[in-house]
Amino acid sequence: MNNGAVLTGEHFLNGDVACAEGALAAGCNFFAGYPITPATEVAERMSRRLPKTGGIYIQMEDEIASMAAILGASWGGAKAMTSTSGPGFSLMMENIGLGMMTETPCVLVNIMRAGPSTGLPTLVGQADVMQARWGSHGDYGVIAISPASVQEMFDLTIEAFNLSEQYRQPVFILSDEVVGHMYEKLVIPPAERIHRIERRKPEKRPDEYVPFMGEEDLVPPMACAGEGYRVHVTGLTHDEMGYPHMFHTTQERLVRRLVDKIRLNADKIIRLESDFMEDAKVVVIAYGCVSRSAREAVERARSKGLKVGMLRLITVWPFPTKKLRELAGRVETFIIPEINYGQVAYEVERCAGDRAEIVQVGIMGGTVHSPEDIYDVIEEFAQ
Amino acid sequence: MIRRVPPTEPFEVERHLSKNEALHGIHPDDTYLKPGRIPHIWCPGCGLGVVLNAYIQALKAREIPQDRASVISGIGCTGRAAGYLNMDTYHTTHGRAIPFATGLSLIRPELSVTVLSGDGDLFAIGGNHLIHAARRNVNVKVICVNNFNYGMTGGQSAPTTPLEARTSTTPYGNVEHPFNLVSLAAASGAVYVARWTAFHARFLVESISEAFMKPGFTFIEVITPCPTGYNRPNKLGAGLDMMKLFREKSEIHHGLDPNEAELDLKRRIVVGKFVDLEKPTFADGYEKLMNGDPKRA
Amino acid sequence: MRFWRLPLDAKKYSIPVGELHIIDDRCKGCGYCIEFCPNGVLVLSKKFNVKGYHPPEPLPGKEMECVNCNLCQVICPEFAIYSTLKFSKELSEEDIERYNELVRQRRKDFHE
Repeated sequence: MNNGAVLTGEHFLNGDVACAEGALAAGCNFFAGYPITPATEVAERMSRRLPKTGGIYIQMEDEIASMAAILGASWGGAKAMTSTSGPGFSLMMENIGLGMMTETPCVLVNIMRAGPSTGLPTLVGQADVMQARWGSHGDYGVIAISPASVQEMFDLTIEAFNLSEQYRQPVFILSDEVVGHMYEKLVIPPAERIHRIERRKPEKRPDEYVPFMGEEDLVPPMACAGEGYRVHVTGLTHDEMGYPHMFHTTQERLVRRLVDKIRLNADKIIRLESDFMEDAKVVVIAYGCVSRSAREAVERARSKGLKVGMLRLITVWPFPTKKLRELAGRVETFIIPEINYGQVAYEVERCAGDRAEIVQVGIMGGTVHSPEDIYDVIEEFAQ
Repeated sequence: MIRRVPPTEPFEVERHLSKNEALHGIHPDDTYLKPGRIPHIWCPGCGLGVVLNAYIQALKAREIPQDRASVISGIGCTGRAAGYLNMDTYHTTHGRAIPFATGLSLIRPELSVTVLSGDGDLFAIGGNHLIHAARRNVNVKVICVNNFNYGMTGGQSAPTTPLEARTSTTPYGNVEHPFNLVSLAAASGAVYVARWTAFHARFLVESISEAFMKPGFTFIEVITPCPTGYNRPNKLGAGLDMMKLFREKSEIHHGLDPNEAELDLKRRIVVGKFVDLEKPTFADGYEKLMNGDPKRA
Repeated sequence: MRFWRLPLDAKKYSIPVGELHIIDDRCKGCGYCIEFCPNGVLVLSKKFNVKGYHPPEPLPGKEMECVNCNLCQVICPEFAIYSTLKFSKELSEEDIERYNELVRQRRKDFHE
């Protein structure tokens, strides 16, 4: 690890650049990307910084290639990342599937803009939440993190790399245009204080190594190219040896493990921030840039004596199902402000819809809720 | 809450670890093949085995250790080639072998990274990746197996299907003009471009081993018989008949302008090495920039 | 070029004699090795392998004519055949005669 890549100190940067710095601090040494608003600044920062820190930056011909290149680099032993926005995220779906199937650690940053299609390239959206969960065909587990500040763009990018190495799969940073382009103070700690998780390597000899046999946490140790393990890696359904095996029992074992390694480890992965929850009758659930307006609204409501709680999803996926079910018993209303027509709201409805009222405060994109927008809804339901 | 019934059949590791097929190890090239993976899935008379064989012979000729070589393939009949080689091999998504290889080769420059894939994979769905990898001159060795059709899916027309040829999706004859692959690769910037047929096995071995030694993006097209997918609707006989046709119609023209390299099964098949030039690779340029003028940092 | 007698430096040269190894059960009967063997050593056998194909076998009487060139190994798509060096034999009058016959045949083919 190149500690020279860590720019320890105080900075005034935007979220995209902080994300790039976070990646470098996490040990990222390969970046492949394609220009797209509003994520381009991540690539620009990487193109400036990577060659000087011993890493590789390459601009590919499209997002399909970018995603493929980071998978290739990851199998070469790199910590690899790409960044994009909606249209590029759509193009990456194919190789996200390959990354999931072949259990390839990497980080994919999606600075969400408003869609569908080209939509509002320069303006905010949050409508890729479900795409992040279900976008590529087939079943697999997903980890998606949603930072809400420039500092979090840095901290959570490191976290994303750590999770991707720990669970051996692509991890999404589901940020948005507002957080990506927002300038704030960023404090980068000394290199030695940054917690990094490194790739789990096989301890067995090549002739004893079973490349796709999950350990206790269902994650197999990973042998990269040129390490003498001679692993065959395929996007086809493969048995634990890595060989294609077109049979339903093999598919059963493989896909269950891919989903379960996230599902059964969800409690360890999920990160939430909850405030004012003790006596809350109304809970506002928000993530990304909207959570900043939501917090303001909740604090104002509390100051007026309303029994309102605030739940911020730091990890959007895996979804905190258990927590929501638990809350559903005593919370009367969930208010979900988000910049889409109801995506996290669907999940809340799934977990709590039978026992609580679900109110989605949607904006179709292009702007963020003002605290007043949210406050007005809180007031209506918390009286 | 959804209840999920767990699976029943566990994986028997012991059985698979010891699954060294009885026939493994009795051929001198078996060390290059994954134990228990041969016979391969390809039809009798298919030329893909010859190409796989040639790759192995070229590795042997250059004494490249298996742990310093990696093969990446896309989807299709040729895509399955990677899975038979006893080394680090990657069977990626359709058309994306080259960008995957780009990532691997940039991060592990000491590895000999070869893309072994078909004409449909590399020139239809993956066409954009191929031309850009050639333009960048990344150190990737491409071996493109051209059998004039999509074999795996049952013989549909490909970007290489000759005009008027019949395939399962051109039942009245193909109305599209085919690509000249060597000309396209050369125009995109490949530093080494050659074309052989499966009949020219020895030339092919020589050519692949030459490409191994050539830094940058190299491209070798290998024309192979597809007895099941292409020969049948076009009444070209078995794989062996196609090989005889290659013998009869092939002309070796080294150094010919690849635009002139005709490929017409009825007239003539021009084979040979068409391009062999020196050009800085992506890695060369990148290294300069890493150690470049600090004032510009 | 044709020879009119055993060359004086014949002792400096030798003819390799190869031993053919055919892995019957890997063969898919494509016939490449039979067609392209430069010495026409191989022929399709009558027997069936496990997959139901006829593997090749050396033509009776031609076993000693394999010169260990290994073309069969290189062109076999199935990794089912290879040859190893059995021994090297000295050049004899007979070999020269056979060589001359080959040259005559080639010329004839060419002119036809």
